[in-house]
Amino acid sequence: MIAELGLAALWLATALAVLQIVSGVLGLRAGEKGAALAIYARPAAVVQAFLAVLAFFLLLWAFAITDLSIKLVATNSHSMKPMLYKLTGTWGNHEGSMLLWVAVLALSGGLLAGLERRLPHKTMSATLAVQGFVALGFYAFLLLSSNPFERLPIPAVEGTGLNPLLQDIGLAIHPPTLYVGYVGLSVAFSLAMGALIAKQVTPDFAKVMRPWVLFAWVFLTLGITAGSYWAYYELGWGGWWFWDPVENSSLMPWLAATALLHSVSVLAARDALRTWTIMLGVLAFSMSMLGTFLVRSGVLTSVHAFAVDPERGSFILLLLGLYIGGALAIFAVRAGSITEGKRFSVTSRESALVFNNVMLSAILAIVLLGTLYPLLTEAFDVRVSVGPPYFNPAGAIFAIPMFIVMGVGPLLRWKQDKPARIQFELSLIAAVAIAVVSVVAILGDYSILAVLGLALSVALGIAAFLPLRGRKIGRVPLATWGMIMAHFGVAVSLFGMASESAFTEERLAAVTPGSTEQLGDWNIELMGVDPVAGPNWTAVEARLAVSRGDEEPTIINPQARNFWAPAQATSESALVTRWDGQLYAVIGEQSEDGRWQLRVWWKPFVTFIWYGGLLISLGGVLSIVGRVRLDLKRRSAVRKGKARRDDKAALSGAPQPEPAE
Amino acid sequence: MRPVFFIPLALFLFFAGLAGYMLANGRFEAVPSHMVNKPLPEFTLPPAVDGLPGTSRADFIGGKPKLLNVWASWCLPCIAEAPQLEALKEEGVEIIGIAIRDKPEDVGDFLNRYGNPYTRIGADDISQLQIEIGAAGVPETFVIDAKGNIRHQHIGDIRASDVPKLLQILEDVQ
Amino acid sequence: MIRTVLLMLAIIAAPLSAQDTMPPAPYAYTQLEDPALEAKATELMSTLRCLKCQSQAINDSDAPMAGDMRHQVRTKILAGEEPEAIRAWLVDRYGDYVSYQPEVSSTTWPLFAVPALLILVALLILLRRVGKRRMEGDE
Repeated sequence: MIAELGLAALWLATALAVLQIVSGVLGLRAGEKGAALAIYARPAAVVQAFLAVLAFFLLLWAFAITDLSIKLVATNSHSMKPMLYKLTGTWGNHEGSMLLWVAVLALSGGLLAGLERRLPHKTMSATLAVQGFVALGFYAFLLLSSNPFERLPIPAVEGTGLNPLLQDIGLAIHPPTLYVGYVGLSVAFSLAMGALIAKQVTPDFAKVMRPWVLFAWVFLTLGITAGSYWAYYELGWGGWWFWDPVENSSLMPWLAATALLHSVSVLAARDALRTWTIMLGVLAFSMSMLGTFLVRSGVLTSVHAFAVDPERGSFILLLLGLYIGGALAIFAVRAGSITEGKRFSVTSRESALVFNNVMLSAILAIVLLGTLYPLLTEAFDVRVSVGPPYFNPAGAIFAIPMFIVMGVGPLLRWKQDKPARIQFELSLIAAVAIAVVSVVAILGDYSILAVLGLALSVALGIAAFLPLRGRKIGRVPLATWGMIMAHFGVAVSLFGMASESAFTEERLAAVTPGSTEQLGDWNIELMGVDPVAGPNWTAVEARLAVSRGDEEPTIINPQARNFWAPAQATSESALVTRWDGQLYAVIGEQSEDGRWQLRVWWKPFVTFIWYGGLLISLGGVLSIVGRVRLDLKRRSAVRKGKARRDDKAALSGAPQPEPAE
Repeated sequence: MRPVFFIPLALFLFFAGLAGYMLANGRFEAVPSHMVNKPLPEFTLPPAVDGLPGTSRADFIGGKPKLLNVWASWCLPCIAEAPQLEALKEEGVEIIGIAIRDKPEDVGDFLNRYGNPYTRIGADDISQLQIEIGAAGVPETFVIDAKGNIRHQHIGDIRASDVPKLLQILEDVQ
Repeated sequence: MIRTVLLMLAIIAAPLSAQDTMPPAPYAYTQLEDPALEAKATELMSTLRCLKCQSQAINDSDAPMAGDMRHQVRTKILAGEEPEAIRAWLVDRYGDYVSYQPEVSSTTWPLFAVPALLILVALLILLRRVGKRRMEGDE
């Protein structure tokens, strides 16, 4: 029954998406008067959200009870798996993750339809029509080529299990977080298209769009942070970012969303950058869909590709062509009719934001080029590899000026400012950067990028708090705290990256139990190796006593696991976290002479990379709370004002003038 | 309408066309060796199994062109290609094997079970020759002419339909 | 559908079929004595592609062939060869695919031309967006 119910919910949601499109289009046609059918767009979106979420929970239930008559459960789960991984297995495969994607898409659409009351009727109708159109495509994809509820003719006796690499708590949070981010951008896309179609690109529209962009961006940041940490401890070699196509697929929407976030702020505050904001709105969701295409079609080689299928790739490409091709075509035709908006001088906050928008877009272009280039050459039967030695310097060309302007921009005033006004701050930032470069140069011989990264991160970390100078701390708005936090997070993360790449120490050794290895100021003693067993794996587990200097030793237990359903080997690294870095240990195979392969790294400040990611997300959350609170306050003030005017009108019998906004 | 606003659309259409082409034609997955049409490097490998000699570059010089088969007993496609190697041997082709990361007893088992098409098998325990000749995996088969030049590379297991092609190439490079 | 299942099974089963029982090459998991030479080797190894893996450097992989390639790199570094010469030696055998560091060539020039072009475009956009405003002043 579960499967049939889920399928029925999906078909019903599809029908409602059609209704939402028709109703939205009619609403747009009829203009402010509204057509008879136009009132159905909002309820259609809300009920759809309920149905799609219901379908997802039904699949979750099927995985929880391991219903082996459903093909997806039989091929991806196993009755012996721990409950947590049975549940996370729901989205550890193509069909389930697409259902999650669709559920989040419908839920965002429903929330937008249910809560948003500020937009003009025309823009709202167009937005809902676009959102319905996007949803329809994904329902079709799910129902026609990736049905998660397909039954087996004969129920399986036992499931085949889940890829062991995916049996990890990292999987429980990383992909769903990322999907929420990807899909949250669909709302920004629909809003941008709605405003473009209705030709109502205004600061009000930007204010409506901003929380959605922030929301998607927070989840993207968290998703990337979690994904990076997961790859770091699960793949067993201590790498946290390799510019792999799948990693890039998650970074590209983030870059576009970051640019969009800043450009939408300019539009909201100053009514400038109208076309640029619309373009970025389209671009951000394009990158989400492109990422989905690259990950699932198998056109690129990646270590993270788990379920690839060219047929599904064709379907996603079709959707990509329909939505992104369509949106860009409308943009090409319509964008000329939208004026650029207000002007500003060179030394103004707008200028700094424009500069960084251009830099972010350039970095996005580099990542896109490097990711897709192998695809281009393969069309000519030539294979090339593009990796860190390309991305790091090419990205740095644009990232370094961006970080500098990022430190200064928030200190500038809107519209027009004089550099002389922030002389003190500028000198402070420059002095800190130069001091760090000198100190690191004395310490040793490190790569230029690492040194620049360290210097910029320290300078940026201080610059992030400079906007507070001369202000009453208690009266700084929450959204400003959000910005400070996010910018500080970028500095923290950058510091971690630069420090890890400059100062990491590595020790590979074949050791006998009882012997001690040295790594920096760490002593690592292999006390013994024992066999251990888990619910669906067996492993050898090393007992390592690690101590730094004269301190008491800590016991850590890295494992080499062998899963049996399906059969695969993984390394479970063991970590010792200190405030100034992490010790990373992996146990390998036993050689014929009885010694064990041991790999140990000391990575100074590596944890800052992910702390930074968390700070950035926290900044986003503060900003959302601040904006929404302000908005609610304003709304209640407007309502009170209106009530008062109505009272007066009732008393005097004559209409009162509306106050200017 | 301003032409500059059409640039994103143009770039996107270019990408979509490329991606569509790649999906329709399938990916070019192999990593071909760049050593084809270059001389076989100097090497000497010890025997991989009792009863068959090891091999060196000198074994390929003179006589008819020969096949150099990079394989391993632990490789599943190598089992699939065994009958085809047998067929090539029947046609009078000399096949010299290079066993990658393999133990003598495993090699012996494999030959007992699936037949022995080889005149010699060299043991390459650290993939040295494999890397020297640009072979990215197992099995791969190289055609070596009588002067000791690599003339052709076959990536993956040899299917029945590949046997006449390989015979033709051996004929051509004579 | 069946194809997908098979494909996924193939992906899952792939590492299993490539299992061998031989010990790794001497320098696969052993560092060079001299830290300076080892640093050179590590830097090179983290930019060479493991040909058997999906997308990993030989320095990040447990695949036996990656270990054998690490052995080659360390042996050659120990023999006094320069990292770039070793990279060239591998590129001569496997083509550009083996190196994560693209060199300017007839097949890779756009990778270098596009960033240069981007710098120009970025300057142009900034001059148009910001520069013009100053002359025209405020609205």
